[in-house]
Amino acid sequence: MGAGSPPSISPGEESHKLWWWIALAAIVLAVLKPVAPDWLVRPPVWLVWPLADWINAVFTFMRDDLGLMHVTRAFADGVQWLLDVTANLLYGKRRWPRLEDPIPWTVIAATAFMVGYALRGWALGILSGGTFIWVALLGQWKWAMETLSVIIVAAPIAVLFGLVLGVLAWRSSRFELVLDPVLNLTQSLPHFAYMIPVVVFIGVGPKAGAIVTIIFAMPPMIRMSLLGLKKVSPEIIESGQMCGATSWQLLRYARIPSARNDILVGVNQVIMQSLAMVVLASFIGMPGLGQKLLQLLQALKMGRSVEIGITIVLLAVVLDRCSKAWAERQPEHFEKGTPWHQRNKLLLVWAVLVVGLWTLAEFWPLAQEIKRTQAFTISKQLDVILDGFIRLVDPVTLAIRAFLIRDVLIPMRDAYLWLPFTAVLAFVAAVGWRIGGRRSALTVSAFVLFIAMSGWWDRAMITAYMVSFAVLLAALVGLPLGIWAAGNERRAKVGLLICDTAQTFPSFIYLIPVVMLFGVNDVAAIGAVVVFAMVPLARYTIEGLRGVPETLIEAADMSGANKRQTLWKVRLPMALPTMMVGINQSIMFSLFMVIIAAFIGTQDLGQEMQRALSSTDVGKGLVLGMCVAFMGLAADHLAMRWAADKRRALGID
Amino acid sequence: MSNPVISCREVWKLYGPDPTTYLNGLNGHDPGFDVLREAGYISAVRNVSLDIHQGEMLVIMGLSGSGKSTLVRCLSRLVDISGGGIEVEGADLTALSEAELIELRRNKMGMVFQSFGLLPHRTVLDNVAFPLEMRGQDKHARRARAMEMIELVGLQGREEYFPRELSGGQQQRVGIARSLAIEPDIWFLDEPFSALDPLIRREMQDEFLRLQDLLGKTIVFITHDFDEALRLADRIAIMKDGAIEQCDKPGNIVMNPATEYVAKFTENIDKARVVHARDLMAPVSSTVPDVVAISAGATVHDLARRLVDDLSPQLPVSDDDGAVVGVLNRDTALNVLLGSA
Repeated sequence: MGAGSPPSISPGEESHKLWWWIALAAIVLAVLKPVAPDWLVRPPVWLVWPLADWINAVFTFMRDDLGLMHVTRAFADGVQWLLDVTANLLYGKRRWPRLEDPIPWTVIAATAFMVGYALRGWALGILSGGTFIWVALLGQWKWAMETLSVIIVAAPIAVLFGLVLGVLAWRSSRFELVLDPVLNLTQSLPHFAYMIPVVVFIGVGPKAGAIVTIIFAMPPMIRMSLLGLKKVSPEIIESGQMCGATSWQLLRYARIPSARNDILVGVNQVIMQSLAMVVLASFIGMPGLGQKLLQLLQALKMGRSVEIGITIVLLAVVLDRCSKAWAERQPEHFEKGTPWHQRNKLLLVWAVLVVGLWTLAEFWPLAQEIKRTQAFTISKQLDVILDGFIRLVDPVTLAIRAFLIRDVLIPMRDAYLWLPFTAVLAFVAAVGWRIGGRRSALTVSAFVLFIAMSGWWDRAMITAYMVSFAVLLAALVGLPLGIWAAGNERRAKVGLLICDTAQTFPSFIYLIPVVMLFGVNDVAAIGAVVVFAMVPLARYTIEGLRGVPETLIEAADMSGANKRQTLWKVRLPMALPTMMVGINQSIMFSLFMVIIAAFIGTQDLGQEMQRALSSTDVGKGLVLGMCVAFMGLAADHLAMRWAADKRRALGID
Repeated sequence: MSNPVISCREVWKLYGPDPTTYLNGLNGHDPGFDVLREAGYISAVRNVSLDIHQGEMLVIMGLSGSGKSTLVRCLSRLVDISGGGIEVEGADLTALSEAELIELRRNKMGMVFQSFGLLPHRTVLDNVAFPLEMRGQDKHARRARAMEMIELVGLQGREEYFPRELSGGQQQRVGIARSLAIEPDIWFLDEPFSALDPLIRREMQDEFLRLQDLLGKTIVFITHDFDEALRLADRIAIMKDGAIEQCDKPGNIVMNPATEYVAKFTENIDKARVVHARDLMAPVSSTVPDVVAISAGATVHDLARRLVDDLSPQLPVSDDDGAVVGVLNRDTALNVLLGSA
């Protein structure tokens, strides 16, 4: 691009050179920092725009002048009514519908069993029924029902809105064009960024919790419906047209039912996102399991925390397995002439169980409700065991903690903070140019420039340091683990099962063990992030390595390659694009987790986000959220671009 | 002959930046596939004129990418044409409104698809009843009609099955039953048997011929299999690069290929199995030889023994009613049977 470059150099070589120059500029800027003028080192005042004030002005305008407040309040009242109904049914708030008592726990546990059994047989039935028995026995019934009553309202609304928006995006490519970047942004905004506007417009409590959950859970549903509708085979559409279907009939009877599987995968994602959000919504006064866990964790009551943690994990697994089983279910016919009671056998069994258990509950109060005082708990014993364990490993964890903080974390943080922002900008641009040319360079540096302009540069650098350290550590452990697990079919299966299960846990859960081990500090936060970020890394490594075509392996074997040569020369290069997806997800997960971990004491963007939440400062919250999102999007852009190029070079799909 | 059921006049389907303007610029002249591609247009259908008559089975034959599927989609208006005109029973197809088009499809047209296009979440019965449901027939009536169709294609007992529980051949039977449910006058079949195993394909072709004998629909049948075309067709249209190379009776295509491309197709065909007495016969001259007449519909292959045994130079040919309509020259027929060399 330079005017002085000789004409003989082709554009490819030229840009190849250019990224070196930009990288060199970054190094020069870093080295010359002591003598560089201040405006090269820290974002100068004129560069920092009052973005938060502008956003606040817009929000105030929408709320007060446009009267959006009335709309949101009206919607919130509708949600509130629904919440009252489910709350009343599940744990008894004594409004409509007026039941003497809420539904007995035995009836709900039996229903859960029947659902699991109907979807996937005994194992899932016992898992889902057993989960509810566990919840009841441990006296957590009311909290669990508080949590579930919100999910039962929020998930269907999110599914409905998501489906409608998905259909609209599918119908109008212009709408899709607008929606796509919005979805990208919303899917990389940390949970807390959603909460602040909701608190402003709705307030706090279950109602706000439900609404923030609806908003948070919607994007994957939009994505999956759109994907599903696009995938419907053209012949099905044409056959529908030739049957004389109108475009509405086509949508209703052909397109949506044919996209059923993708749409149900979307439903699964909505449910899982809802659970994650409902648990976190305890920060805005949402009662339930999340709030209990938050209180217990802050009071360092480990035994009880673990009990609740197990409950949340069990619920997550049950919800995930059941909704996945539903998505994978294929229709099956009954032989002709099968009588009604045969066709609906499970329904009848369920009805008998419900009537029987409800009657039982009338006479035997324990079948209706297990009171806290009657509950069985292992928290005392757990406390003793955990205490003993912690005391045992304390010298080790103390040493790790001291070493990490003194010798690794603080120097690393200081180094990140020391870097002139222009050097970071140039470095990011150089990486962008190297991977995706000018376009990528501009895209990622625009993301980083926004962070400089937001006025949160230092906080963002702290977040960046925590994420990069955590991902590095996660990669050091997760990649070898993944490679090992991919060694044979059985290990790979088990490994994938573990990873898939771990991915369904709400992120909050990961804080329990690290707080237990390391207390409340940076090391605990990073520990949680590392564990959380390791899961996608290991998962995609296994998937990538197992996904290498069998013929390639056979060809390598016949060429006389030994196991190690096959791994390094064939498997890993072929798996790299898939593994990159894992690295990308791991960065995203780390960002989310770092922000959540803020409440156990970090000094990054997350801490500021917590402050914004408690002072309900929408502008600040959104700017911070966007800083996090843009870091994620920049990493996402680079990783996906690299993986796509690599895929094309390897000729994979 | 009566008015054609479907009549195409210089039909074009171009894919590219601005097909209508470009076509107007051509003024009806066809510059050929390659020139069009240079100009940035893919010609899926190029200047096709065609009449399809009541009760006729027209087979459109061509290799993949020859435009045959697009042509049949133009005839059913699943794709809108770029130029020319199509009339269905005298009405301009391109001028129909959305509602009229739906009405036409609900009452006059049926179509069968290569990969069946069945709705995976509906039972066989509900799939077959689907077009009836679309036009708002009540549940009882449409189920009764659908059952009739299911029996017609021999799937009784399977009506509660879901498509994924059926074999490929059975799925296509469902597709056929569905396309017949509304009693269409015009029946489009887009490579209906291509996705099936050779044995099943043969069986389905027999089944199809049986149905056609029974129903006598006007049929447009697409295939890339020349043997299939010869087996089924009243007339064959051979397509290449979007244009029709030749449209004629199977016998004529085999005996007198119009272009080199068509000739290549017919090269390895056993002509004796395709050519009928009717195709070879000459008008009755002075005297008719006094021997037993042969049937006009018999292939040369059918007549092989007679041709070898009977030494009379000319054989009388009779139509279905037994009236003598021409004479067959023994040498001509033997040339077809044994090769002309």
